[in-house]
Amino acid sequence: MFMTTTVLKNLLTKYATRLYPFTKKETFKDVKGELKIEMEKCILCGVCQLRCPSQCIAVSKQEKTWQVDPFACVYCGICVDACPVKCLFQERLYRAPLAEKDMVLYVQEEKAPAAR
Amino acid sequence: MARTVLPFGPQHPVLPEPLHLTLTIEDEIVKEAIPKLGYVHRGLEKLAEIRDHTQMIQIVERVCGICSTLHAMCYCQGIEALMGVEIPPRARFLRVVWAEMHRMHSHLLWLGLFADAFGFESLFMQFWRIRERIMDLQEATSGNRVIVSVNLVGGVKRDIDAETARWILDTLKIVEKETLQLKSTIMDDFTVKSRTVGKGVLTKEKAYELGAAGPTLRASGIVQDMRQTGYAAYSELDFSPVVETDGDCYARTVCRFNEIFQAIDLIRQAFAKLPAGELAVKAKGLPNGEVVSRVEQPRGEVLYYLKGNGKKFLDRLRIRTPTFANIPPLLDMLPGCDLADVPVLILTIDPCISCTER
Amino acid sequence: MKDYALVITEDNTAEIATDKVISQIRVLKDEGFRFVTMSSADLGESVCVVYHMDKDLELVNLKVDVPKGKTIPSIASVFSCAFLVENEIKEHFGVDFDGLPLDFQGMLYNDEEVQRTPFCKIGITRI
Repeated sequence: MFMTTTVLKNLLTKYATRLYPFTKKETFKDVKGELKIEMEKCILCGVCQLRCPSQCIAVSKQEKTWQVDPFACVYCGICVDACPVKCLFQERLYRAPLAEKDMVLYVQEEKAPAAR
Repeated sequence: MARTVLPFGPQHPVLPEPLHLTLTIEDEIVKEAIPKLGYVHRGLEKLAEIRDHTQMIQIVERVCGICSTLHAMCYCQGIEALMGVEIPPRARFLRVVWAEMHRMHSHLLWLGLFADAFGFESLFMQFWRIRERIMDLQEATSGNRVIVSVNLVGGVKRDIDAETARWILDTLKIVEKETLQLKSTIMDDFTVKSRTVGKGVLTKEKAYELGAAGPTLRASGIVQDMRQTGYAAYSELDFSPVVETDGDCYARTVCRFNEIFQAIDLIRQAFAKLPAGELAVKAKGLPNGEVVSRVEQPRGEVLYYLKGNGKKFLDRLRIRTPTFANIPPLLDMLPGCDLADVPVLILTIDPCISCTER
Repeated sequence: MKDYALVITEDNTAEIATDKVISQIRVLKDEGFRFVTMSSADLGESVCVVYHMDKDLELVNLKVDVPKGKTIPSIASVFSCAFLVENEIKEHFGVDFDGLPLDFQGMLYNDEEVQRTPFCKIGITRI
């Protein structure tokens, strides 16, 4: 007898679940998503490599590269806080799933000589 | 009567994590139980020798997913006591907020699993639906749903501003209303009561002597809660431990259910008294000495023994989690019960085996 | 600092010899203390085993120095719940406990193929 009210209520209200993938949930601000770097600002100091608890960052000063292993990274945000020039940031969206494991490599281009 | 030896676990639909018990049964009554651990042993304590003491916060958080912030809080408390660092008052109150959020989501998870243990799957879904709101709160305030990584040696990393605080309090009102709707379903239902009342009784003396912790201890009548020692901001908040006297499975369920409302009340008090100020203090130097630090996790009392010798790496990090302390009382409760009651009894101590075998 | 984070000093820790362990623990149990846990650390030549006892939220510690290769009596006769943590210390540090009721033979966490105690730098291998 009190099932009827519950059944009627469930039939007449809208969906309790989200119709994914047609509607996606908007993530909150400051969510710790994918890790990216603004390579022009990077000074290749290597502090992020030292502080990383899962040791997934590899910085090379000679070749001017910054490499991260997105599958070893635990997205804790320690490198973002430790960077002295604040060139690391985390996106609002999580990393998309991939079919095979791969490293992400950023190369710093040669700066153009300053115009006279 | 012939005795049969049955293996229970490590894979079992009712267990969230692998635990093996060798049960000796005679005519469907359990006579003896021998545990076997080691299915999720990761050796995390040894990592303290190759990661410095600030990187260890990230490792320690990942010992358990359900009580992650409380592990980090206990570790930071110990290091702060060794280095003589006093954290600012705003950080202390914010730590209380995240700790109580963890307690709520852990108890709601447990209530759902418990309902699933005797086949009540729709109640399991209802409890987890309420729990999703708490996961949203955790994601909005700290950036992660599960591993809430906000503790630093010397304070907290993130702030909660006034607008977010108002949203949190509104969400908690909805959580409270929805949980109260489910109260009579779990506490007054005839089927639930016939499967939990009188089963797995742990008397007061046995609970104290066997070293039980958390709701397992408090449901047997002993008033002991680590929050009474006043770490973080609990000395300035008004609360009293939730205690039941019967000591059976039903008392443990009631104890955990009432702790949800106590947690909501504590968060409201913390937001009312939140002082302004800075979030963290810079901690200089390296830890030297030995310290024992304790905190109340959702499952009970956790103990950290930290030993530093002035170098970058800690000498020894020892963690004793509450489920480790609750396994001897479980082995005492099992003899004498029916075979069909074994899953329900194992779940009432709230087993978190990944904590036990870090 | 209050009792939630207790720095180990002389006022809350007592250093005792291995043969006095059981009698001291029994005295503490009669006074109403609860067994919390045991911790251990590697000191090079010996292993230091610390017993933590609690009464009304106040901690008391007992420290025992066990030279490597010697045995220490097990307190499972006084507190039966101690067998689990003694098995763990035996497996990780190689400390031999006398009179352990349920002995996992060093296979509580690790498999049979792990032959050395993981935590000691100069350890004891299992035969």
